[in-house]
Amino acid sequence: MTSKRTLSMDNHKQNKKLRGRGSGLESEYYSIPDTVCDVNTLSSLIRKKNVRVVDVRKEEEYIREHIPGAVSLPLAKILEKESPERCIELIQDIGVNEDLPVVTYDDTFGALAARVAWTFQYIGHQHSSILEVTFAQWKSMGFRTEKKLNSYKWQPHPLKINQSIYADLAYVEKASSNKVLIDSRERLNFLSEHIPEAVNLPYTMLRADGKVLSKSDDIRRLLQNRGIHENLELVTYCGSVGTLSGLVYYGLRLAGLKNVRLYARSFKEWKALGKPKAEFKDANYWDLSAE
Amino acid sequence: MKTRKDASRSHQRHVPKPRPNPRWGKEEETSIFAEKVKLFRTGKLSEDEFRRFRLQHGAYGSRLQMDYSMVRIKVPGGEILPIQLEKLASLSEAFSIGSAHVSTRQNIQLHWVQLEDVSEVMRGLVEVGLTSREACGNTVRNVMCSHLAGVCPDEEFDSTPYSKAIARFFLRNPMCQNLPRKFKINFACCEKHGLVRIADIGLVPMTKDGSRGFRIYLGGGLGAASFIGHLLEEFTSEGKLLATCMAVIRLFDRNGNRENMARNRMRYLVNEMGWEKFQKMALKERSIVMMTTAHSTESMFNLTAEEDDQYLPKENRNGNKLRMYRELDSSNTSAYERWVHSNVIAQKQAGYYTVFVTLGAGDLTANQLRVLAGIIHELSMEGAARTTPQQNFAIRYVNGNDLSEFHNRLASVGLSNPGALTITSAVGCSGTTSCNLAITNSHRLAKEIQYKFLELGLDTDDMLIDSTIKISGCPNSCGQHEIATIGFFGGASRIGSVMAPTYTMMFGGSAGESGELGRVIMRVPAKRVIDTVLKIIEIYRMEHVEGETLRHWVDKVLKGEAIGTVHDIEDIKGALAAVVQLPPVDQNPESYQDYGSDTRFTAKTARGECAA
Repeated sequence: MTSKRTLSMDNHKQNKKLRGRGSGLESEYYSIPDTVCDVNTLSSLIRKKNVRVVDVRKEEEYIREHIPGAVSLPLAKILEKESPERCIELIQDIGVNEDLPVVTYDDTFGALAARVAWTFQYIGHQHSSILEVTFAQWKSMGFRTEKKLNSYKWQPHPLKINQSIYADLAYVEKASSNKVLIDSRERLNFLSEHIPEAVNLPYTMLRADGKVLSKSDDIRRLLQNRGIHENLELVTYCGSVGTLSGLVYYGLRLAGLKNVRLYARSFKEWKALGKPKAEFKDANYWDLSAE
Repeated sequence: MKTRKDASRSHQRHVPKPRPNPRWGKEEETSIFAEKVKLFRTGKLSEDEFRRFRLQHGAYGSRLQMDYSMVRIKVPGGEILPIQLEKLASLSEAFSIGSAHVSTRQNIQLHWVQLEDVSEVMRGLVEVGLTSREACGNTVRNVMCSHLAGVCPDEEFDSTPYSKAIARFFLRNPMCQNLPRKFKINFACCEKHGLVRIADIGLVPMTKDGSRGFRIYLGGGLGAASFIGHLLEEFTSEGKLLATCMAVIRLFDRNGNRENMARNRMRYLVNEMGWEKFQKMALKERSIVMMTTAHSTESMFNLTAEEDDQYLPKENRNGNKLRMYRELDSSNTSAYERWVHSNVIAQKQAGYYTVFVTLGAGDLTANQLRVLAGIIHELSMEGAARTTPQQNFAIRYVNGNDLSEFHNRLASVGLSNPGALTITSAVGCSGTTSCNLAITNSHRLAKEIQYKFLELGLDTDDMLIDSTIKISGCPNSCGQHEIATIGFFGGASRIGSVMAPTYTMMFGGSAGESGELGRVIMRVPAKRVIDTVLKIIEIYRMEHVEGETLRHWVDKVLKGEAIGTVHDIEDIKGALAAVVQLPPVDQNPESYQDYGSDTRFTAKTARGECAA
């Protein structure tokens, strides 16, 4: 399952081998690259100029240094006036058509990159994935960077809204025995307050040393332990704009779960609207943190 | 500021090879645990059965939230490796609240772990050779060892390998999987250091006619009713160490009270039976053990397998007193000097020092754990750290030339507080932050005391240096309040018409081989504890005789031998009567709330799990 869902060099080689034996798996490699892209695959795609690398950090950070060929699209720009129409304009402006794979990266443990990649998926781009490491890690691993500012020719991209990965307040509130709300914030935030019935899957749980997300098998085991399985509708949320929950969204997809949605307006909207909250009042757990 | 490069140029630094994985953990136990959680969640395993299993594997229920666990990680002999600290950092971020906690029995605890994730924590522990197995439940708990064992100038020999060999022998041993109650074994280094009189078995290393052995104390322990352990015999030879421990555990297993959970620790058995009878039975049982134990069983007690100090410097310096690294020059004190004064002691090995890392009630963050791991790896010649019962870390075999760099690196992550070896380093159990039994937030109070006392510079007063403050959130003594110079345990009292968190204050407890239990003085509202202690210090400063430390003065007050206006216990109560008063509740409602809370105080507890 992993091999199909991960944009990976190893898979590519594997597929080539299989192709040699006439298995006809070639199309699969580019058709479902919708989760995590490893560093070697990205390097190779950059060489072949067959990818749009999107730097979602602040523009001044991009200007200082970035991954070769990358274009700047800070998350803040998407959030400014977030609408599907506006987002289509943004993706067209960086020269991405329906078929060109997109890989996003950040320096915030993958959370901002995930939010942008999810947005592209939401407006109908099928091949958007996040880089498996942050920019700092990319650099420390010895991969190339550049200072040249890149821009690409406008490309047409149709707007095909993918409702199946989107959750709004009405969806979150709608009663369903099959739906599980996933709070992606750290444990202390969750204990303080959360949406009633939500389960806590902190983004810190799904990462491994040096990677923004753990291996799919490890994530799968965590989910199995918690009884989270394929037949459930999962909705991830976090504290403000869907970044941490964007990362968890990708973690769940990486583990092979298909029915996952992001509640992008998250707990911020929920609280602002005065919706009910659950909290643990009987313990001073906060005092255990060593600030 | 001295950079790392400068420091390393100043002398040849020997970075030790990483130690081998100590293999306390077992991979298969992780998946079994995950499976049992599923069975429990689907109703195929009863709550009682599951609780027993869970505790056996070191997962204790969290305060009024049984979906969360406190995972208690055993640190046998208190010895922990850098790679293990790094793993704990990752595990605390992934599954806990981003921090870890050193307990008063040298364990390290991760709090608020979701029950479903406990197996994942266990998996991470196994990777670095740690385990939570038998850290809770009715088993042999973490075997403690003085954090100075091996470096203490007063010790006869290093008891560390003995503590680890005993720990390994009893871990998963069928003979102690279902004892009447938990069982605690503590090793000392010398008569001064170590908690040997408050354990089921306490051991002080000694030599007789050139051969090694121990003075063994039995039946001590703190709790709602506390007892000081009894000396089994003048000298127990090294060869009888295992048989003695086995005999005592067998005796307890057979005769211990399995009915009354409040009275089933071995100290009650010893007390009810009478020491002389228990002593006779223990010696007799030991003869039986020695005659009947198979050689293959004995060989599971493997001392040499636990010895990894061969490469450490052996030469001893002259003089045999643990002393502070440098006398404090109070006129011109830098942060570094202040830290050295209260956190560094000279070892018996010439040129080497033990550095104490000051924590707040045992807490440290993931980032601090990582930085500490790096410091230990590079600056400790033994490449390991010890957890201390004062909830700090002791890093040993530090070269004197590295102390300044050590301090700088601690300071970079906020770990360079002074006072680890002084009255400012207050001990506090987890209290209402996570414990079902707690009535008050002892954890936060300990931190508040430390904060205030460091602010006042009490760590620089050598007359307070040998005094301790220890706080428990209930009478059950996890904070070891009975062995503190000034100890507190939490409760609830009606003051006027309002319930308020209060502490019972005790005086004059002490650790070590001549350890004594403190005596109850009076009740103090939680928000008056700090001022009360400061008042005691103020009276002491006015009334003590030349050269008398606070601890000595407190002992004199208990005996009615102090010479000032405060002569005895009744006088001190009188002198403190005003400071323990709360203002009327309508004038100052906060003073009726507990630390860390802005709501009305209620004493809420649930069933404890120690006795499950």
